[in-house]
Amino acid sequence: MVPLWMYLAVAAALFSLGVFGALSRRNAVAILMSVELMLNAVNINLVAFWRYSETGAGLLLNGYAFTAFVLIVAAAEAAVGLAIIITVYRNRRSVIPELAVALKG
Amino acid sequence: MELNAITIGFVVFSIFTLGGGFGVVTTRNLFQGTIWLMVSLFGVAGYFVLLSAPFLAAVQILVYIGAIAILITFAVMLTRSVTRIKSRYVRLVPSFIGSLALFLVLLLGITVPIFGGQLPEAAPETVATTRDLGAALVDENGYVVPFMLASVLLTAAMIGSIFIARDENA
Repeated sequence: MVPLWMYLAVAAALFSLGVFGALSRRNAVAILMSVELMLNAVNINLVAFWRYSETGAGLLLNGYAFTAFVLIVAAAEAAVGLAIIITVYRNRRSVIPELAVALKG
Repeated sequence: MELNAITIGFVVFSIFTLGGGFGVVTTRNLFQGTIWLMVSLFGVAGYFVLLSAPFLAAVQILVYIGAIAILITFAVMLTRSVTRIKSRYVRLVPSFIGSLALFLVLLLGITVPIFGGQLPEAAPETVATTRDLGAALVDENGYVVPFMLASVLLTAAMIGSIFIARDENA
């Protein structure tokens, strides 16, 4: 059995890759993909902690069920985010977030 | 740590996950980026199998690779004319330094028990199954309220994204 810290290390690396992409990429679709990477890193952490914890009576499935709900929220986030990106592209002919600054004060 | 099927699987899925993630954040062509994203998500699904959560692995394949990655591919193609922007990055050096520092801090927190906690070496033998999850999702002492809220959230997201992306002139 692989020790828990190796799962956590891989999840930390994946999360850092996602942070790097979300901060540095220029294209909004690439930023959304990086956010998906971060969500997946968190899911690895949740499932790994769930698997390695002592399964107490009331806490039997918390990590498992929470990961399923994170998946649902990720699906909703991707749908709404891509709809916004497509609308911004239609109006401004650009998917670069720095150029969509009409609300900037 | 002995060499067995789980260890080999862990190494293989680590390569998939991290290599795919690296491809996502570095590739110039965003269409290739979605392929790398699928590779990375497949690696995460493999982790779920190793962590004895087969239901989550199946959902990961169906929802992420089957739906979200395809949706992102559609978005890449619909915004095609600008996908070859000359510079891929803004703020490259500060982002790199920041995320590297984040990774090192996280790795330090994982490997060195600064806060006194001790990570368990071995997982318990007994593990909950998909049948337990299904029962807990509709149990009134379990997760029935978040389960219902999730369906409302999905409906709201679907209607909202149709409304946002609708073409007013059509």
